[in-house]
Amino acid sequence: MADAPNIPDEAETRARWGAFAWTAENAEKAKAVIARYPAGRQRSAVMPLLDLAQRQVGAETQTQGWLPVPVIEYVAAALDMPFIRAYEVATFYTMYNLVPVGRYHVQVCGTTPCLLRGSDDVMAACKNRGMVKGKTTPDGLFTLTEVECMGTCTNAPMVQINDDNYEDLDYDSTVRILDALAAGEQPKAGTQLANRHTSEPDGGPTTLKEMVKANHDYRKEW
Amino acid sequence: MLADKDRIFTNLYGFQPWNLKSAQARGDWDNTKDLMKRGQDAIIEEIKASGLRGRGGAGFPTGLKWSFMPKEPRADRPSFLVINADESEPGSCKDREIIRHDPHKLIEGALIAGFAMRARAAYIYIRGEFIREAETLFAAVQEAYDAGLLGKNAAKSGYDFDVFVHRGAGAYICGEETAMIESLEGKKGQPRLKPPFPAGAGLYGCPTTVNNVESIAVVPTILRRGAPWFASFGRENNKGTKLFQISGHVERPCVVEEEMGITFRELIDKHCGGIRGGWDNLLAVIPGGSSVPLVPAAEIMDAPMDFDGLKAVGSGLGTAAAIVMDKSTDVVQAISRISYFYKHESCGQCTPCREGTGWMWRVMERLRTGDADISEIDTLFDVTKQVEGHTICALGDAAAWPIQGLIKHFRPEIERRIRENGGALEAAE
Repeated sequence: MADAPNIPDEAETRARWGAFAWTAENAEKAKAVIARYPAGRQRSAVMPLLDLAQRQVGAETQTQGWLPVPVIEYVAAALDMPFIRAYEVATFYTMYNLVPVGRYHVQVCGTTPCLLRGSDDVMAACKNRGMVKGKTTPDGLFTLTEVECMGTCTNAPMVQINDDNYEDLDYDSTVRILDALAAGEQPKAGTQLANRHTSEPDGGPTTLKEMVKANHDYRKEW
Repeated sequence: MLADKDRIFTNLYGFQPWNLKSAQARGDWDNTKDLMKRGQDAIIEEIKASGLRGRGGAGFPTGLKWSFMPKEPRADRPSFLVINADESEPGSCKDREIIRHDPHKLIEGALIAGFAMRARAAYIYIRGEFIREAETLFAAVQEAYDAGLLGKNAAKSGYDFDVFVHRGAGAYICGEETAMIESLEGKKGQPRLKPPFPAGAGLYGCPTTVNNVESIAVVPTILRRGAPWFASFGRENNKGTKLFQISGHVERPCVVEEEMGITFRELIDKHCGGIRGGWDNLLAVIPGGSSVPLVPAAEIMDAPMDFDGLKAVGSGLGTAAAIVMDKSTDVVQAISRISYFYKHESCGQCTPCREGTGWMWRVMERLRTGDADISEIDTLFDVTKQVEGHTICALGDAAAWPIQGLIKHFRPEIERRIRENGGALEAAE
């Protein structure tokens, strides 16, 4: 755990987040989440609620969000579970940010399928914009993380930035996406290839061609 | 080649909308009530007869798995179906396509499978990183509720059944069934010792079956077209159609549904435009996701892509995610990166895996640069054997096998690097 972050829990953090509470909208969402699990099993909701809390912190700080210790305490109390149980969940799963991140969390996949298709170029494009792995740029715009397989291997290499995937990247398209985000625009998510829709072969599918134009019902041919 | 009319996932590429109306026009939710009227045991028998084996990697017969569930669940101990959508195996990206483009196949399958195993509800555990996909899935489940297809008297069948979506938060290990159950209970995703098996004591201590997304999503179509139809594809013991995912050094990587047992060459030539630089440029293939050993070019080219065909070449079908490497690949680096993946994803519960994955990765990194002694290759092999089979779950095995495959097939390449780095001098002394 040499690369584990130092989890901030100072007076400043407590002063800023000690009074954390759900917004009215999120209070409703939290109630709906807890209702998905059997009565008395509300602890199952700890993961979705930590995610919800992180998103609320993100909305308040104009970043992807993170989980200050007082916020984790709030979630644990809401589910009537010991703080340490919520805390160990927050530290076990990689998607909970334990330290503040930037406006955009740039998560470059570097696992073998992406590596083979050129994830080094994607990483280089990020580094050439001044990003450093595990750090946030001084302007607070980008945090760079190398992540493990994101499950879009036929559209490698890829990067996930906050809630969107950008796939089939190369150096230039990565630069273009980062430029657009820095300029406050929303680049097109998904594949960056001109002739590709999703995971079919680039240039058009080899199968199920009728589906491209119309919602074909193959049952007539059974 | 499989005919389009025999493909189950007709909206695989999402050219058409995923919503209920469009899905129904393609044949989903078509008189689901009648399928359920056949009765629970008849459905299980039909799935057994179809020869469907689990699509998540292990290949356990799906119908048989369902038959382990209690026939008369007690009121205070309801049964659960957990659907594994924690697709995180490097190379795999099929469940994502089902969820974002054909979610109603999965939801209808959840109802039918849940009914057949007498479950009270299904939880779909979707990996946290599939953010947009989870949004689609939540919306599709809501559509099904609004149309009366789920909930009380689901699809007018007289059976009450709920489907809930649970998002993970980034942990490969939660794809292991007991880790997934722990995670669903709001804990760290650390696998449980078996026995008890989930069918005896799973989620909340209740009988539970964990199935892969693809295994569940093909069920309605198998029932509609009959077990003999599904069993007409593929070889004995390797029946049906399968979503293949081809990544790496092919001209056009893609996800495609094909007949089980299609040869690797046909799969690549028909759908991926061939190997980058031609077949002579092929170096090796990891045919079933990162956990299975790699297979050198000569052996994989005409191998049938199914459970037995890939076992015969010393590997496995896994999730049918082929990672293709051409001769420009630094094969030691490719495997070392997989070792890093397992080091990163080890849950830390069992010592051989927690310590072993890090150790193996560090040695792999030295082999990559040749900064090692030739005898260390054997030491590494020996350590992989000590990790394999000595952990609660299969992550230790999965970390060991790729390295064993590399040493078995590319030992001369590793030795060359060590020699060029000056290691030969030490060996000669």
